[in-house]
Amino acid sequence: MNEGLPLASAAAGRLADVWVYLSATPLLGLAVTLLVYQGAFLLYRRSGFHPLANPVATSVIVLGALLWATSTPYATYFEGAQFVHFLLGPATVALAVPLFEQLARVKRLWLPMAGALVVGTLSATVTAVGVGWALGASRATIASLAPKSVTAPVAMGISEKIGGLPTLTAVLVVCTGVLGASSARYVLDALRIRDPSVRGFALGAAAHGIGTARAFLVSEEMGAFAGLAMGLTALFSAAALPLVAGWLLRWI
Amino acid sequence: MIPALATLLVFQLLGEVLVRALAAPVPGPVVGMALLLLALMVRPALLTGLKPTAQTLLQHLSLLFVPAGVGVMLHLQRLGDEALAIGVALVLSTLVGLASAALTMAWLMKRNAPPPRAPADSHPEQAP
Repeated sequence: MNEGLPLASAAAGRLADVWVYLSATPLLGLAVTLLVYQGAFLLYRRSGFHPLANPVATSVIVLGALLWATSTPYATYFEGAQFVHFLLGPATVALAVPLFEQLARVKRLWLPMAGALVVGTLSATVTAVGVGWALGASRATIASLAPKSVTAPVAMGISEKIGGLPTLTAVLVVCTGVLGASSARYVLDALRIRDPSVRGFALGAAAHGIGTARAFLVSEEMGAFAGLAMGLTALFSAAALPLVAGWLLRWI
Repeated sequence: MIPALATLLVFQLLGEVLVRALAAPVPGPVVGMALLLLALMVRPALLTGLKPTAQTLLQHLSLLFVPAGVGVMLHLQRLGDEALAIGVALVLSTLVGLASAALTMAWLMKRNAPPPRAPADSHPEQAP
């Protein structure tokens, strides 16, 4: 349509070539993920680390909009983003470090933590399944909701086991993390919970890694307890949730 | 940084191998974390080499969740159809989980540590 502008159309043709190249390598997905996150993080810092400006939420919205606008399939994007996704494994292992540094406190508080772990995990699961069922969600959705307070790789495994959709669970896990991390300050303040170990533990138990990231921003101590809660929740849920959620789903 | 990264990956690998060998329903990285914690308890000297890398990774933990979060693209249809149920379930259960974990832990801590002036009726097992 640009016969009058051969230069422009040649440039457009070259651009199309560039696009063909870029959409076939993992480079673009990876670079864009880091750039968008960096931007989202700057925004977060600008807001004085306001819990509502959570960088995961901002990044997901921006990247989702970009994929949609360029009609790029998620699988293509993930080929690049998987390198970031992979680091979840080593990062989980790295949680042993802050945990070790807080070991003395952890040993002293094992009973309150065990209680909080069991009550927190089960009440979150029962509420998710109960509300989903009461509001008429489908079985697959309810099963995907059940393990959403657990860190992504574990939650996906549980979801698959009880008849959910693992990728939907991953999304719900991220939503839960963002919700927990953004609301924790208000909820815990309202309940007059001041102790950083309790605040951290609750955040990690209810909002896994995203809550833990938030807790590390507040203090090392809070982060260590959040990381511990996330790890323990993963262990406990992996063992108990397939049974509990499976039992709940049979009732529905 | 490289030795630290290698250590983390080796522990993750150990975790994954163990989980598969025992057919345990637990994720490998979580077992790797437990193993690394044990290793640190046995040899605290490991800490200095690991700490900077571990801190860097954990400082940017949020970033690592972004690729999974973008997976929302795959489920827009279902999320739209069941928006009310999913939204309410997400919000309520997150708040309930957060509040119940915090209240339980605070309550148990108070029960376990009697106020300093009152005569302790539970046995004072551990001094700070």
